[in-house]
Amino acid sequence: MTRLPEKKNRSLVIKLAAIAVGMFGFGYALVPLYDVFCQVTGINGKTDTVAAANLDYEVNKDREVTVEFITSLNKMAPMEFAAETKKLRVHPGEFHTVNFYAKNKTDKTLVAQAIPSITPGPAAEFFKKTECFCFSQQTFKPRESKTMPVRFVVNPDLPDRYKTITLSYTFFDITDKPKT
Amino acid sequence: MSAVIAGHDEHHGHGPEKGILRWIVTTNHKDIGTLYLVTALAMFFVGGAMALVIRAELFEPGLQFVEPQFFNSMVTMHALVMVFGAVMPAFVGLANWMIPVMIGAPDMALPRMNNMSFWMLVAGLLLISSTLFMEGGAPAAGWTFYPPLVLQTGNALPFAVFAVHLLGISSIMGAINIIATIFNMRAPAMTLMKMPLFVWTWMITAFLLIAIMPVFAGAVTMLLTDRFFDTSFFDAAGGGDPVLYQHIFWFFGHPEVYVMILPTFGVASTIIPVFARKPLFGYTSMVFATATIAFLSFIVWSHHMFTVGMPISGELYFMYATMLIAIPTGVKVFNWTATMWKGAMTFETPMLFAIAFVVLFTMGGFTGLMMAIAPTDFQYHDTYFIVAHFHYTLVPASIFILMAATYFWLPKWTGHMYDEKLGKLHFWLSAVSVNILFFPQHFLGLAGMPRRIPDYAVQFADWNMISSIGAFIFGFSQLLFLYIVIKTIRGGTGERVTSEVWEDARKHGLEWTLPSPLPYHTFSTPPTKIPTEHLGGH
Ligand code: HEM
Ligand SMILES: [Cu+2]
Repeated sequence: MTRLPEKKNRSLVIKLAAIAVGMFGFGYALVPLYDVFCQVTGINGKTDTVAAANLDYEVNKDREVTVEFITSLNKMAPMEFAAETKKLRVHPGEFHTVNFYAKNKTDKTLVAQAIPSITPGPAAEFFKKTECFCFSQQTFKPRESKTMPVRFVVNPDLPDRYKTITLSYTFFDITDKPKT
Repeated sequence: MSAVIAGHDEHHGHGPEKGILRWIVTTNHKDIGTLYLVTALAMFFVGGAMALVIRAELFEPGLQFVEPQFFNSMVTMHALVMVFGAVMPAFVGLANWMIPVMIGAPDMALPRMNNMSFWMLVAGLLLISSTLFMEGGAPAAGWTFYPPLVLQTGNALPFAVFAVHLLGISSIMGAINIIATIFNMRAPAMTLMKMPLFVWTWMITAFLLIAIMPVFAGAVTMLLTDRFFDTSFFDAAGGGDPVLYQHIFWFFGHPEVYVMILPTFGVASTIIPVFARKPLFGYTSMVFATATIAFLSFIVWSHHMFTVGMPISGELYFMYATMLIAIPTGVKVFNWTATMWKGAMTFETPMLFAIAFVVLFTMGGFTGLMMAIAPTDFQYHDTYFIVAHFHYTLVPASIFILMAATYFWLPKWTGHMYDEKLGKLHFWLSAVSVNILFFPQHFLGLAGMPRRIPDYAVQFADWNMISSIGAFIFGFSQLLFLYIVIKTIRGGTGERVTSEVWEDARKHGLEWTLPSPLPYHTFSTPPTKIPTEHLGGH
């Protein structure tokens, strides 16, 4: 039996190569799958990047949740950025507004995007923002400073084990790479 | 010997080409096996030298010899060279030499592709090594290439990415070849459930490789486009997420560590019965345990990410799933022990390495279990504890078994016997020093020393010094290995080895029914009688 099974080899190689190509695609498919998975399960602290609408909650006066605000700058973005309130005790269902302050420290126009994140992750779906500077890119004229409000409400359905929610914003300088 | 049938592969029926060209154009599985093994051994010393740079710097607290950036490059390159340059190619080399012989086939199914995948490996290794001399240095963000840190790599980034592509394509071609060989080239008498475990474990490994290498290639391609083409897969500013990278990477990364251990299991299952002079215990359970481990390896990846902020349900799932792996792994350790139980054991060098593998791999498995417990992993994660864990599963496991395999089969390949005294010396030096090297790292990790740092607090000084001493003994002991191998190739002890080499080995595998050294062409006519000792029965 010295005959090499050329035919059998060819079809096997084609099948196996197809698996390899398919797995390359699968790697890319993980990207949207991951987002969908995070959205469905509300994990990873991914919070909405569009305004929540039609919120009609009953205020729960018996319960208080601490909401903390953290700000940071990515890769030394040439800005100042701070929350005017560091911490707030709120009743679930109640609307609140907190002001953030940001300044362009350069003499050039700066485009920046703020990325929100919520800890603990599973609480993210219960934290609703109706107004936020993170919903769009912010353009700063040279040396311009802005005071930007964030209006939010905590859904009263938030499970009891969550006592504190931390909302963090990171400003990214995207002047050179504005997204449309 | 054999009749040459028309239309058949042109190299058949005569010996190797003359001179250097033999090694460049060869399609002979034994030649290619040798090329892979020699490359792996060379890279083992390159990666080892990098490890010694690391251990020299860590000998004392403070910065002694190298810049932190270069130190980090060494950590990264050491891992890449060892994983992709030493361990994986070494097992491909063994597969080339042994699989056709073990299943009674005349060669690999796709000899030309075999040659191509080897040279692609060389190209990939040269490319990744060349980054050491580039502006901004070699990659220094760890072998895991996590963004955003890895995106700060200098000119080396695209080269590292293309190197990964080449290494990936090479591995995939090698894997396809191995599967095609096993499926289509077996001697008719060699049914699937008669195949030696080395062949089984490699077949399963090959499927793993085909499934995961493309995913890794995809992940690094995303890094490349994030850096140069304004995509935002992992860039939060554009709506991406760096944690996504970790998921994709570990979807590849966890099965990848099994790519390095499954063939190890196969070789151990081949060697232990020969020196225990008993059939392998639990052949069928070995096959199923291997397949189970391979399957589970796809659904446990986030145990590398317990600290990224997963929800509790995720932590629990990945914790229990990871612990499940201990069951098939335990079956294997049990079977090796049961094979030795009441055996008429002798302790030649291959067996010594194999026994050390069983003991020390089990220790690595146990620390793995400790880290599988999500709440405790918060303490161990990214400390020297995990460094100790994976070095126990890789050095005295994969590397020791590669040594064992060399001592076991080198007489078969060359027809010369190695120097048993020197072999034993090499074993004891390695076995003792590997523990001096890695055992203290458990203590360092538990005390809180982070991994991948060039300097550390003074309370870590003592164990680091001991670890470094172990590292230098271990490193230099391997020169003895090199010496023994070269000496054996050049004639060894002068003793003529029989076709069996080891007492009664003929009962354990087809390779021992052939003359030593193995002729350039073997099994042009398929064997009809298959040994049964490795199947656990008569
Ligand atoms: C019973 C089997 C095993 C279990 C339960 C296990 C578990 C784990 C866990 C939980 C981690 C992550 C620790 C952390 O990042 O905090 C880990 C890391 C690691 N394991 Fe294992 N492991 C096992 C076997 C192996 C084997 C057989 C190998 C390789 C041959 C291996 C290689 C590695 C490597 C390389 C890492 C570190 C990757 C990195 O972060 O660079 N493990 N293991
Ligand atoms: Cu893992």
